Amino acid sequence: MTEKNVVTAIHDALHDAMAADDRVVVLGEDVGARGGVFRVTQGFLEEFGEARVIDTPLAEGAIVGIAVGMALHGLLPVAEIEFADFIHPAFDQMVSEVARMRYRSNGDFGLPMVVRAPWGGGVHGALYHSQSVEAFFAHVPGLKVVVPSTPYDAAGMLRAAIADPDPVLFLEHKRTYRLISGEVPDEPYAVPIGPADVKREGTDLTAISYGLMLHHCLEAAARLEREHGISVEVVDVRTLNPLDRETILASVRKTGKAMVVYEDNRTYGAGAEIVATIAEEALFDLDGPLVRIGGPDVPAMGFATNLEHAFLPDVDLIAARMLELARF
Amino acid sequence: MATRLTRRTSPEALGLSADDLRSMYRTMVTARLVDEAAFRLNRQGKAPFVVPVSGHEGCQVGTAWALERGRDVWVPYYRDVGVVLVAGMTPYDIFLGLFAKADDPSSGGRQMPNHWGSRRLGIISHSSPIASQLPHAVGIAYAIRYRGEDAVVGSWFGEGATSEGIWHEALNFAGIHRLPVVFVCENNRYAISVAQNKQMAIEDVADRAAAYGFPGVVVDGNDVLACYAAMKEAVARARAGEGPTLIEAKTYRYFPHTSDDDDRTYRSREEVEEARRRDPIRRFERVLLDLGVLTASDPEQIAAEIKEDVERRIDEAWAAPDPDPATLYRHVFAEPVDP
Repeated sequence: MTEKNVVTAIHDALHDAMAADDRVVVLGEDVGARGGVFRVTQGFLEEFGEARVIDTPLAEGAIVGIAVGMALHGLLPVAEIEFADFIHPAFDQMVSEVARMRYRSNGDFGLPMVVRAPWGGGVHGALYHSQSVEAFFAHVPGLKVVVPSTPYDAAGMLRAAIADPDPVLFLEHKRTYRLISGEVPDEPYAVPIGPADVKREGTDLTAISYGLMLHHCLEAAARLEREHGISVEVVDVRTLNPLDRETILASVRKTGKAMVVYEDNRTYGAGAEIVATIAEEALFDLDGPLVRIGGPDVPAMGFATNLEHAFLPDVDLIAARMLELARF
Repeated sequence: MATRLTRRTSPEALGLSADDLRSMYRTMVTARLVDEAAFRLNRQGKAPFVVPVSGHEGCQVGTAWALERGRDVWVPYYRDVGVVLVAGMTPYDIFLGLFAKADDPSSGGRQMPNHWGSRRLGIISHSSPIASQLPHAVGIAYAIRYRGEDAVVGSWFGEGATSEGIWHEALNFAGIHRLPVVFVCENNRYAISVAQNKQMAIEDVADRAAAYGFPGVVVDGNDVLACYAAMKEAVARARAGEGPTLIEAKTYRYFPHTSDDDDRTYRSREEVEEARRRDPIRRFERVLLDLGVLTASDPEQIAAEIKEDVERRIDEAWAAPDPDPATLYRHVFAEPVDP
């Protein structure tokens, strides 16, 4: 075991995958000479050479579309979109091509490829370096969308994503990159795509989250235990598509109360789907209202520190809503 | 500026035997007759949607002929009946797609007709958004070179596709890495109804190749041998590691964009009639008659034979099973392999 932060865990897992299998190539803006703007591919160019570490032109549609072609012809591309905010020019490739290739060819063609994209706020990223894009893509059948939030999950799920016969959108929360550290095994291991994970066990209510908000939930849960003796179970969704309904529902049935916390704009966000699932499947197990905490329905967070804070749900807000729900 | 390929090359100099020439001719006639039958089936209410090829047979068969089955990769677009026939699809396959049958090799009846694909034949599945297949062709070409193979990718599209940003992105990347891919623009002067002068300020799409650092060639798309000559040279360059070529074949489509289009709203009958006088099939026929590869009675007899076969394949395809609605949920993701 080694203590690592999220970005180092991703770097190391990707490095190991490249070292183990020469079908794995990385492509994207600044992944070569610069080693990635977040340093995820630091040292790769020197070690693996420019045929496998491809600095691309500034063209996200081509980054994804060329990865499609590579995946069709025996490679295992890991494409990087520098910031999730810049994935929109590739939306057609992601939705019309990546997600539909297997279905439209009746299973004849598959796309073993990964698209990595750093997402989320809390880094002074303002409107175009802070976005949450998961809901756009989790809505699309044929695309796996994962949102690991710890070093252990990030490294393990990246291995699973590279080994997956289908395309995976691998979303890495930027704020967690260097904020969150944890123990990571030195031997290769995989964390399967699909299953959610109970990150903290509890009995009074269930908080369901992912990304930076997961860590806020864990902190709020610890505070409630300490200050009020309230036991909060925290479920890390980890994979948004396919969604692990069973783990979520089992937790909600146990505690009888549920809240979903996400930083994307609240309306039509992933939390809406999770809350709807609970309402459909576990309504009569509930002892309190379903609570949904999301970012406000404004285009994005501002650059000014106080505007950014005003956008993002924080530990105080989450703890207050937890307390309210627990006492309902 | 793009090169204009105007020199006459004899079939012999191109390495084409009399059998090759007859096969090329038969493939062109097959494409035309498949098209005519499909429109008839549309009017009969048996084929909900038809994408015609007529007029494009010369540039499609001519360019596709320079690739090799089992070795090279085909990335066509929806009008490429001629290309996929050369790649190994049969009229039966095409009619299975037209009727959306379970055995449609492209999609099992999921996609609209003419959205080709077959792993076995090396034809890459494509969608409807225009030019979306271009980066796939380039990515495949990258993988070919990465794996040390000597295959070449052929990529076909209309001039309308060249307005899309992704078209530029794909050609730019191919140029940077000098990849083994040939881009073939079938310029029929209309993006559905939008005439070329409303699509671009230039006369020749092939001029754009200069911006990507590889050659652009303009060729008469109604001259199948000229198209073959241009493609053969481009494929040889690509195989030799000398990078991509953009070939622009000037052609025309005789029918509306699709069976749902009415081209009388945007082009005159006189213009269509004028274009039909340059029919690539009639033109090739004259060449083959002059060469003695065909005799005077051959064209009629060949057409009759193909027509009979086409009619038989239509009946067989019509009788083939429809997709099972229970398969709706299959192939969203890979299915577990039986142990």
